[in-house]
Amino acid sequence: MREKKQMYINQRLRDLYICFSHFCQKIRSGVMTMGIFSKEESSGRKESRRSLQSKGSSDYSEDFESAVSRDNKEGTDQQDTNSMETITCSSCKKEIAAELMRKELSVCPECGAHNKISAKRRIRSLVDPGTFRKLKCPVPVVDPLGYPDYKNKIHDLQDKTGLDEAVLIGMGEIEGRKAMIGVMGSEFLMASMGIAVGEKITHAFEIADKYKLPFIIFTASGGARMQEGILSLMQMAKTSAAAQRFGEHGGLYVVALTHPTTGGVSASFAMLGDITLAEPGALIGFAGPRVIEQTIGQKLPAGFQRAEFQEDHGFVDQIVPRGEMRETLSQILRLHEKRRWSL
Amino acid sequence: MIREIDERIQDIDKEIEAESSKESDYAADLKIKELKSERKKLLKQCNHPTPADKVYLARHKNRPKVDDYINALFDDFFVQRGDALGKEDKSILGGIATFHGLPVTVLGHRKGRNINENMEYNFGMPEPQGYRKAMRMMKQAEKFDRPIITFIDTPGAYPGLEAEENGQANAIAKNLAEMSALKVPVIAIVTGEGSSGGALAIGVANSVYMLENAVYSVLSPEGFASILWKDSSRSAEACDLMKLTAQDLKRFHVIDGIIPEPLGGAHHNPQKVYRELDNMLMSELTKYKKMSANELARNRYDKFRNMGAAIIAQEQK
Ligand SMILES: [Zn+2]
Repeated sequence: MREKKQMYINQRLRDLYICFSHFCQKIRSGVMTMGIFSKEESSGRKESRRSLQSKGSSDYSEDFESAVSRDNKEGTDQQDTNSMETITCSSCKKEIAAELMRKELSVCPECGAHNKISAKRRIRSLVDPGTFRKLKCPVPVVDPLGYPDYKNKIHDLQDKTGLDEAVLIGMGEIEGRKAMIGVMGSEFLMASMGIAVGEKITHAFEIADKYKLPFIIFTASGGARMQEGILSLMQMAKTSAAAQRFGEHGGLYVVALTHPTTGGVSASFAMLGDITLAEPGALIGFAGPRVIEQTIGQKLPAGFQRAEFQEDHGFVDQIVPRGEMRETLSQILRLHEKRRWSL
Repeated sequence: MIREIDERIQDIDKEIEAESSKESDYAADLKIKELKSERKKLLKQCNHPTPADKVYLARHKNRPKVDDYINALFDDFFVQRGDALGKEDKSILGGIATFHGLPVTVLGHRKGRNINENMEYNFGMPEPQGYRKAMRMMKQAEKFDRPIITFIDTPGAYPGLEAEENGQANAIAKNLAEMSALKVPVIAIVTGEGSSGGALAIGVANSVYMLENAVYSVLSPEGFASILWKDSSRSAEACDLMKLTAQDLKRFHVIDGIIPEPLGGAHHNPQKVYRELDNMLMSELTKYKKMSANELARNRYDKFRNMGAAIIAQEQK
């Protein structure tokens, strides 16, 4: 009786071992990196991975534009750096050589202040060259309130920034690991969230889920976009619901809070990350400092609502300087690569 | 406009009360009769409130409050307090009750009806603990398979020092996310003013209703005017522009239905409003009874997933 039991256990252990070594092999052969499961998936997984199996994990063209190594808009960026031009640091007000400022990703070499960086430059600072593929998600300019001159303003901003809305999202690789990456561009109407931003972020969660990609988003926003009224408010629920569903399906969601992340964006998808990072000195909070001061009738203490304050209060895992962000994200992706317990 | 009429009506009510308390004589009776007919005439002028009128009515101090709705619509109310994380927030009132015998979880913003109560309940402006308390009640409702009914009436989440320290943004975000996935029916009713994320944080529901004169907006008209025009005194203009009435929101597919109010606002005949709400809740709950837990969550997800879809489709045409 005891022998039989022992034999049975041995048999099960052997099965497990075979299973396990097969799994390791897959990882080694690169089939299972990034949590993208291969076509030879076990039947139990079939259901949830159906979309992948039918498309094949290498073909993304249905949902992403093809990679463009050098973007047209980059030419304009380049111009600033050629001459002897200087840029004034927003914090210490010192004149810094534009070229140095660019090299430092707009982090002031004098005081360390993290000055604004455009969405496109941010993406370039993060992904492996030539790997960024923009998410396909065209949204027309909408104007639910009939707000005076609103549509014109948006069209102008589109021309000026080269962005179609206040968030730029696509798939890119960070040290060889694929991820959905979104960057909110404060150059586009304070990166406020209207219908288009809500739609793009929600769609990004859904597509990241479809391809089992981690989703990394750099937030910056004044909040919900007033000019689109109640439908802007509803984007908070829409994006939060998408984040929730993505999480329930096991997706890794990383938020990097940048200056400033406030209002309806802070109170929705920006606060729902599995991992939450922040740039030094970033203002992060629900209510704006001025509103709080008016409400309580007193001055706010120094450093209130800054990234360091949020870290002290338990809402931020790590504060990461811009120059180290790519490395930190790479580490996070690496740590989530293998999804099973193994020796 | 309605403000002046309403204030006159309040004066008349006081005069009528004063006259009635006197010893009845012919002159007094005549006076009361006159006052009543004037009141009637005034009330009739309230039939087409402007958006600014509605903002006034939505904030009216005599408008039914969350405890009125709970008393009128439910039995056996058991109040629940605290977020179980160290804090209690009186600006949210909630607990377990029964609706025609069916156990439900009910909760809503509590404003209070006089200045002392206003202060005690922070004018219905929750801090993070309020939202966390609400979520605790809602997760419990899910555990025990109770439908959830929420009453929205808030000027917004409280913009205070401690509220920020304690994670106001985090608390609201968590509510939005977790409410979207609840496996029990959720019905939300905007009874007064629903402003900003502070309102939405208990409003991610399968069905969202608004009282006829309630308003629901991305932020208060005063805030809107002060942010966009740096001039909070232009709030009446903001009211017209913001499309914050129940009728506007129905057109945007943000809400599912409108609860009619008596002339002059809900406070003129609360019983009528309670009856309408009772009917609505009965039919909604009957509808959701047929749905499985997963269907309920999916139904709610799809509802909010499509916020803005109609206007995008319209633009693409
Ligand atoms: Zn500096």
